[in-house]
Amino acid sequence: MIPKLKRQQIMDLLSSGRRVDGRGLEDLRPVEIRCRSVKNAEGSAEVRLGKTLAIAGVKTSIGTPFADTPDMGVMIVNAEFLPIASPTFEPGPPDENAIELARVIDRGLRRAEMIDLKQLCIVPGKAVWEVWIDIHALNHDGNLMDASALAAVAAILTAEVPKAMVNEKGEVTINKSERQRLPIKSIPITVTMAKIGDKLVVDPNLDEEEVADAFLTATFVDDKVCAIQKRGERGLTAEETMKALQIARQKAHELLKTVREVVGGG
Amino acid sequence: MSIKSKELTLISPDGRRLDGRRPDEIRELKIKAGILENADGSAYVEQGNTKIYAAVYGPREVHPRHLALPNRAVIRCRYHMTPFSVEERKSPAPTRREIELSKVIREALTPAIIVEQFPSSAIDVFIEVINADGSTRCASIIAASVALASAGIPMKDLVAACSVGKINGVLVLDVTDVEDKYGEVDMPFAMMPNRNEITLLQLDGILGPEEIEKAISMAAKACKEIYEKQKNALKERYIELRKTVEEGFRT
Repeated sequence: MIPKLKRQQIMDLLSSGRRVDGRGLEDLRPVEIRCRSVKNAEGSAEVRLGKTLAIAGVKTSIGTPFADTPDMGVMIVNAEFLPIASPTFEPGPPDENAIELARVIDRGLRRAEMIDLKQLCIVPGKAVWEVWIDIHALNHDGNLMDASALAAVAAILTAEVPKAMVNEKGEVTINKSERQRLPIKSIPITVTMAKIGDKLVVDPNLDEEEVADAFLTATFVDDKVCAIQKRGERGLTAEETMKALQIARQKAHELLKTVREVVGGG
Repeated sequence: MSIKSKELTLISPDGRRLDGRRPDEIRELKIKAGILENADGSAYVEQGNTKIYAAVYGPREVHPRHLALPNRAVIRCRYHMTPFSVEERKSPAPTRREIELSKVIREALTPAIIVEQFPSSAIDVFIEVINADGSTRCASIIAASVALASAGIPMKDLVAACSVGKINGVLVLDVTDVEDKYGEVDMPFAMMPNRNEITLLQLDGILGPEEIEKAISMAAKACKEIYEKQKNALKERYIELRKTVEEGFRT
């Protein structure tokens, strides 16, 4: 009953061009990015999207490459929706929502080739860098997807990883005193749109998320799309899809500017 | 995934793919409804070498009870690959990929089901991939939606599905495993053809705005073709059932 009333209220507001938190339909919530707050991590970033807070950490280790990509480093994205973040989150292994989020972000990073994995090869077929990207939700007020993606990107951009060297015996050693940035090829930006009734809104908050019909998450690299995920239990028309992508593309531009300001060009 | 399609010719200059298809051609598609006796509804789908069973149980009681919703049915979906369905044996335990696919397939099917008709009950959809050769989630949706209809579940429409790929710069329909692995793009897509609603859209790979629009319209066109085959499979099932009933009366 309450969701029904809430949906009605949200839809009434939307029809007059407003949202429950006072934003316009195509406004992002205020974005705040804080990098390098975790000293023990090679890279880290806390991202606030309104009241939503997510933190991402980058850790690296030396491992063996996959058999089909002997000359490439390994990137692993994991996400946890901790009970600290919401009364509805429970402890335990990642549920389908956390797994989906991690996989959508992974696809965005991978397809944009954000990290040049070829440069993370130390000894082909034997030793490569493994880059672990762990995303943790800390406060869930809607759109954990974009907050997490942004945190992952900012953490990767500002990460400083140790140097690996191969000695005469062919053994791999790590020099922790000498650090360098990860090899970056592009900056992918993820934007989520929600469909509520016949309206499309950008960056849905929790109230909107609870009543939305469907979501479209898109990751942009330059002006192209490199990953899309439609979510939610209702459908979208092709026209709505194209319009959502068009709005999301503009928002990605805005967010990219913010990221560049914070990390200094990247 | 790392090997660029440039190193492998997936489509010839005259527009033929490795299996001889044109870019806008889907593989041969066979659908059979009502193939598993214990299930309330079921279907078997063969799309080239992608082979899938889907079964529907329900509406039935929800266990555990606390998952029940007072105003509608809960839809549960399990997409699972048999260990022998892929080249290297896959552990039968659900992987992260299977958990994600179970979710997106459920969300592709749910918009078609009139869930309000069965409060406090569950409709379970089980999908087994017997042999995987690309586009398994789309073939799963084709099968599951026929299984739901053959279980007599009231639906707004069937859900048809087809993937779009990009190989050597060309957009193609219904990607195979090789085209997925060595191609540039995989875009799984599902829709309710009669209602013109997209219920699943994923993209893994880079596409420009015009390409996305073209890919969606290609997929939508293919879905209309697949939709007819789904309806035929259901009709065949009812003709079969009628025969059995009539024979039953005679004896």
